[in-house]
Amino acid sequence: MSASVELRSVTMDFGKYRAVDNVSVKINPGEFFSFLGPSGCGKTTILRMVSGFIEPTAGQVLIGDQDMRGIGPNKRPTAMIFQNLALFPLMTVWENISFGLEVRGVDKTTRRAKAEELLKLVELPGVADRFPSQLSGGQRQRVAIARALAVEPQLMLLDEPLSALDLKLRQHMRAELRAIQKRTNVTFIYITHDQGEALAMSDRVAVMSRGQIQQVDVPQKIYNTPANGFVASFVGENNKFTGELTSVSDGAGKFKTDVGEFTVTLGQGVSKESKCRLYVRPEHIGFAGKSKSHVNAIPVTVEDVSFEGNFAVVLMRDKAGRRRSAEVRNDPMNPPPQPGTSTTITFDPDKALVLLDSEAVAYAERD
Amino acid sequence: MTDLIQRYGRGLSWLSIGLTAFWLLALVILPYLGLFEQSFRPYLPVDEIGGPNDHYTLHNYMALFSNPQDITLCLPGKDTIPGSPIYLPDLVVNWPIHLYIFILTIVYSSVVTLIVLMLCYPIAYCMAKVMDPRSLPTFFLLLVIPLWVSELMRSFSWYIILSLNGPLSTLLMDLGILSAPVRWTWGLCGYSGIMVGLIYTYVLFMLFPVYNAMTSLDSNQIEAAEDLGAGWIRKHWRVIIPHCKPGIASGSVTVFMLAASSLLVPSLLASPKSRWFTEVIQQWMFESHDWNSGAAYAFLLLVVCTIFVTVMMKLFKVGLSDIAK
Repeated sequence: MSASVELRSVTMDFGKYRAVDNVSVKINPGEFFSFLGPSGCGKTTILRMVSGFIEPTAGQVLIGDQDMRGIGPNKRPTAMIFQNLALFPLMTVWENISFGLEVRGVDKTTRRAKAEELLKLVELPGVADRFPSQLSGGQRQRVAIARALAVEPQLMLLDEPLSALDLKLRQHMRAELRAIQKRTNVTFIYITHDQGEALAMSDRVAVMSRGQIQQVDVPQKIYNTPANGFVASFVGENNKFTGELTSVSDGAGKFKTDVGEFTVTLGQGVSKESKCRLYVRPEHIGFAGKSKSHVNAIPVTVEDVSFEGNFAVVLMRDKAGRRRSAEVRNDPMNPPPQPGTSTTITFDPDKALVLLDSEAVAYAERD
Repeated sequence: MTDLIQRYGRGLSWLSIGLTAFWLLALVILPYLGLFEQSFRPYLPVDEIGGPNDHYTLHNYMALFSNPQDITLCLPGKDTIPGSPIYLPDLVVNWPIHLYIFILTIVYSSVVTLIVLMLCYPIAYCMAKVMDPRSLPTFFLLLVIPLWVSELMRSFSWYIILSLNGPLSTLLMDLGILSAPVRWTWGLCGYSGIMVGLIYTYVLFMLFPVYNAMTSLDSNQIEAAEDLGAGWIRKHWRVIIPHCKPGIASGSVTVFMLAASSLLVPSLLASPKSRWFTEVIQQWMFESHDWNSGAAYAFLLLVVCTIFVTVMMKLFKVGLSDIAK
């Protein structure tokens, strides 16, 4: 059983501070849905409204088409995995896992059996009688997942549950969580500020900033066709250019900057009058060796090259003194230019996105 | 030790250690040892002290079990609970009177501890988990200010409040709730005044340890319990109370010990029916001038209270190290 979730114009105020501002989104049953955003963007507040710890100031939260207003967290078909896991330290592992069943009046033998079964599901057999403090971080993580699954929720809420783990374990647990979600087919709502996590695990991602959803889409679309400057800056790296649109025709146009005029693709809702900037991802930057007559070319001086193995990051400065970066695949036959050399960088018009530059951009840059 | 010397120098370190040792030895241990020794010797006229009759005996301790008297046990009935439908016939037993007072002291001290706990737990919970932290300093101040007033003053004010024609009776009569003044200190078999006084005097000794334990509880655990479907009873019973157990134990031990050894409150807020064991000790020492028997009774109180507390801690599975936290 898995439930759909719908937020209808949900707003949450804490005193004068508006944490969530008129958010509407529909999450499908069985979907792995992530809210991605910087800290303070309101994503945790959304999770707490869905779980029932707080009631929205305005708007509706629906779980499986049922309005949840006035229904406490203990009466909702949700289970939450907390950032610090919040395992009960004075209960053994199996008591922790079966706590939700104990609440429902299930007898001890059945509870114990169910706990063992769930420990197998999360691949952690044989620790039932230990205390959480006797387990490692990754093991505790699995116990928290098992405890949430024990109540057979229609909806799992995960509040940055992997942030306390080290990198290796985090990557392993990503795949694990995804596999458990597919196996149980429960709707997952996942909160994170880690774009890698959100992109790798989710069916769909909602990027949030300042209490508002900036874009809801599949991970590929979030990365490749960001809705605005905030999404482009928050998810992945970018070379940003300030300037203005000089001509616009059918989704394309000319963008004039102090280092030249470029042929560009227009993002969502961009018109000639809108405040916007040009975004080019480092991996879409090439070096003009063969095609000297490229439409978009900028002369630069290479400052530094950092070799990362499968790719290299080339750091450069354009003639206006701004830093530019390019990511090139490792190719021994075609090495990147050496530091100190002057060269020309190019990018294709369909990879040069002019995006709406709202306040959110300034916010992302300050972070 | 070397750390202490490094930090404060040789002179200051030895001075502080020496003063602490002096305080412990000369002002605490030696007087106790003196009284302890005295409690095993008979009470004799001055000229016989050191004479042939001055030998060690358990007589002072056994006095607790002597002097049986007819005592009408206080059972729930028309006298104790006004308007109660239950009526039990008077039950007269022939018990040693001091032993009876001793048992009553332990029982009523336990009841006081229980009531104080029931008062403090919700307050501590609200302070730690519900109230706005910004209003806490003011709240703490309001709680602590009464503690700055001397115990004597506080007991006297309760004495006035609870007296026959005192403010409480007058107020309730003016409001039309009572038709005649009530002897507030005469209820609960004559111990209601003492109970009110003890609860009021020692309530903070429970509140602070329980509050401390409560603040160290991660709120996410409470939310996790709620999220897994727990109602408020189970939430408290399975998650919050187990976490607070050391604080509850530490507060209970303090309140119980202070209540059982209190002298001022039981004498001031007494009723004709009430006796407290400390009053017996005081009588031995200052009315009969029999310090030997007084010391024996005092040690009995100490030992029995310690045993009682230890048994209680075993019963509730609290370790001594938990309390020290």
